[in-house]
Amino acid sequence: MNNGAWPLIRQRPFQILADVKEVPVNVFISTFDSAPLAPNLNLVAEGRGTAFQTGVNVLNKLTSGKVYLGLDARGKEAPSSVFTQAANVEKYWFQGKHPVGNVGVQIHHIAPINSNEKVWTMGVQDVITLGAMFSERRFNAERVVALTGAELNKPQYVRTYMGASLSELLNGNLKHDHVRIISGDVLSGEQKAPDSYLDFYDDQVTVVKEGDYFETFGWLVPSMKRPTVSKTFSNFLSPNRRFEADTNTHGEKRAFVVTGQYEDLLPMDIYPQHLMKAILVNDFEKIEGLGIYELVEEDVALCEFACTSKQPLQKILRQGLDMVHEQG
Amino acid sequence: MKDQILKFFKKIEPDKQKSPFMHTLYDGFFTFALVPNSVTKGKGVHLRDGMDLKRTMTMVVIALLACFLVGTYNIGHQHFLALGQYTGLMEGWHLKLVHGLIKLVPIYAVAMIVGLGIEFFYASKKGHGIEEGFLVSGALIPLIMPPDIPLWILAFSVVFAVIIGKEAFGGTGMNVLNVALLSRVFIFFAYPTFISGDEVWVSGLEKIDGIYQSVQYGWAHHLFDSIFGWFDAAKFGAGGVAVMDGFSGATPLGLAAKGGWEAVTQVYTSSDMFWGLIPGSIGETSKPFIILGALFLIGIGIASWRIMLSMVLGAAFAGILFNAWGATPFMQVPWYDHFIMGSFLFAMAFMATDPVTAASTSVGKLYYGFLIGMLGILIRVFNPAYPEGWMLAILLMNVFAPLIDHFVVQSNMNRRTKRAAKATAA
Repeated sequence: MNNGAWPLIRQRPFQILADVKEVPVNVFISTFDSAPLAPNLNLVAEGRGTAFQTGVNVLNKLTSGKVYLGLDARGKEAPSSVFTQAANVEKYWFQGKHPVGNVGVQIHHIAPINSNEKVWTMGVQDVITLGAMFSERRFNAERVVALTGAELNKPQYVRTYMGASLSELLNGNLKHDHVRIISGDVLSGEQKAPDSYLDFYDDQVTVVKEGDYFETFGWLVPSMKRPTVSKTFSNFLSPNRRFEADTNTHGEKRAFVVTGQYEDLLPMDIYPQHLMKAILVNDFEKIEGLGIYELVEEDVALCEFACTSKQPLQKILRQGLDMVHEQG
Repeated sequence: MKDQILKFFKKIEPDKQKSPFMHTLYDGFFTFALVPNSVTKGKGVHLRDGMDLKRTMTMVVIALLACFLVGTYNIGHQHFLALGQYTGLMEGWHLKLVHGLIKLVPIYAVAMIVGLGIEFFYASKKGHGIEEGFLVSGALIPLIMPPDIPLWILAFSVVFAVIIGKEAFGGTGMNVLNVALLSRVFIFFAYPTFISGDEVWVSGLEKIDGIYQSVQYGWAHHLFDSIFGWFDAAKFGAGGVAVMDGFSGATPLGLAAKGGWEAVTQVYTSSDMFWGLIPGSIGETSKPFIILGALFLIGIGIASWRIMLSMVLGAAFAGILFNAWGATPFMQVPWYDHFIMGSFLFAMAFMATDPVTAASTSVGKLYYGFLIGMLGILIRVFNPAYPEGWMLAILLMNVFAPLIDHFVVQSNMNRRTKRAAKATAA
């Protein structure tokens, strides 16, 4: 671990760097990403079966429990044989819409995290890097990164390195300048300046149009090119319709009014709205009781996207996570 | 077009420091005309759903439109029916429509001006944008009032409901009680004679020497009379026409309380009750259009089908129970006929489903709706003074909704604690 592979491992609860002294109860790896425009991890794993298996074996030595793989059962594409043939792992198949590929959701259905437990999560590419350290005896920082978004001339996969320079990756590929460059996906990524770098764990760059325009009677029009989960737009009648994504908020921030919306979008036995409210009023007992240990930002990202009141759920959740973390 | 609107708004923008109230008002109209150009923050979601609260509220108002139309017409229809004139549904339709509008427009205007005025005031005082909650409350209030409600009483009730019921708790999203029902319950307890009994549900009548007759029409009716004169159409005339023999003005529920279902059917046919051609509050009589609105709201995912369904089940359950008991004539009213009397459907579609005051958990919603359904029938059947129960049942359950949620949330927490305990033990 002196070779610098340790940061590849992330610990839950709190989504932090793993504690060297703790032995994780279990290790979880999601082998598919269901976020919008997410890279296809089958491609990434292609030909890296040995490294992946070695990584898994190493992880098995580090945990007191098991290593779990979440496999894609959505049926569009069979998971790569690298995943299906992997040994020394427990495999679980998952089916459904985003956020089903989130490792947090998978953990919830395999072996939910309890307040006193620590588990590790790793990305597929991180496991491969870890494995390569043992099988190839070198720290291989190579990453396959997906360049995505409608504002690119040519969306593509590129083979590069961790923390690659965004200006090099996107050089000449942008359609125009009025865009936002995101390290990660559009739901939980982070905005980056054009001359900065990819985040450590990210394997995706998304470019979307900035939406700083006014819209006449935008709250009234029946069908639009906006992405939405609401049936007040006729979009739901044509699920394959193409939409134009931009960063406009499509409305102003309001108090929590609508109920049941988050629960429909988070396939976990958790009441997100009550949890958020508990965080806002610092009700510790409730925050812990409602399962904050099982969540990280990316899990509530879809709820935040759909939120009628435009509440910043990921920010609120992080506030709660930090608070609980500090209190130990 | 958009640029012109934008330019126009920029030109009239008042100074925020000098006149905060005017700026709040301006901001309200500005965001109404143009969805702001705000973009998502650098961290968190970068895309937002096209849905917002303005849209949510607008959809409810759209669902209510049919009720407004039919309600308006029915005000006029009932008025002339009582007088024995134009008894056919479409006969004298222009008179009925105009009479309805003359009644409804002032009620709507007063509710909106008073309610929104208070909203604007509080918004400017607290320095946040105008919240859209009252758009729906203000649309619901006229529909649940008797057509002859004095406007000053209406204004009082709206002031009470918005200030005590909503702003005192922190505004839209924070209120415990349904604002529209609160305004009605205020009238119910403060001015009971204006909202209960048999005499209030048909508009434009007064009792002179013990006999009902139509009131002397005012300037608005006369104005329209002169317009109708150009087209050689029938006119309102001066008024003062006595009602037809046998007119009682009683609502089906009033009759049922006295003589059960038989007494009701002597006066009204089931189809009249279903289609809403009966006296009652303005918007709650026409069942098909309410059902249409309810289906629309369920279809687009705005209103909770759980609440509606469980409320129907709750009402049916109580109705069947009373049928089996059958001690009073009202108890013997067949349970399925309860649905077309009174305001059950309206309360179900538009009142109980208010997301702010209803239970917020999915399981909680089922209990919440069921209990409203049961309690509503219970109050309807047993309350001797006022045979309708939905207003009181919903307000009561509004108060208990947080308790229901508490149990649901607590059970979720308990599950988690148990799981943790098991993991530690193992």
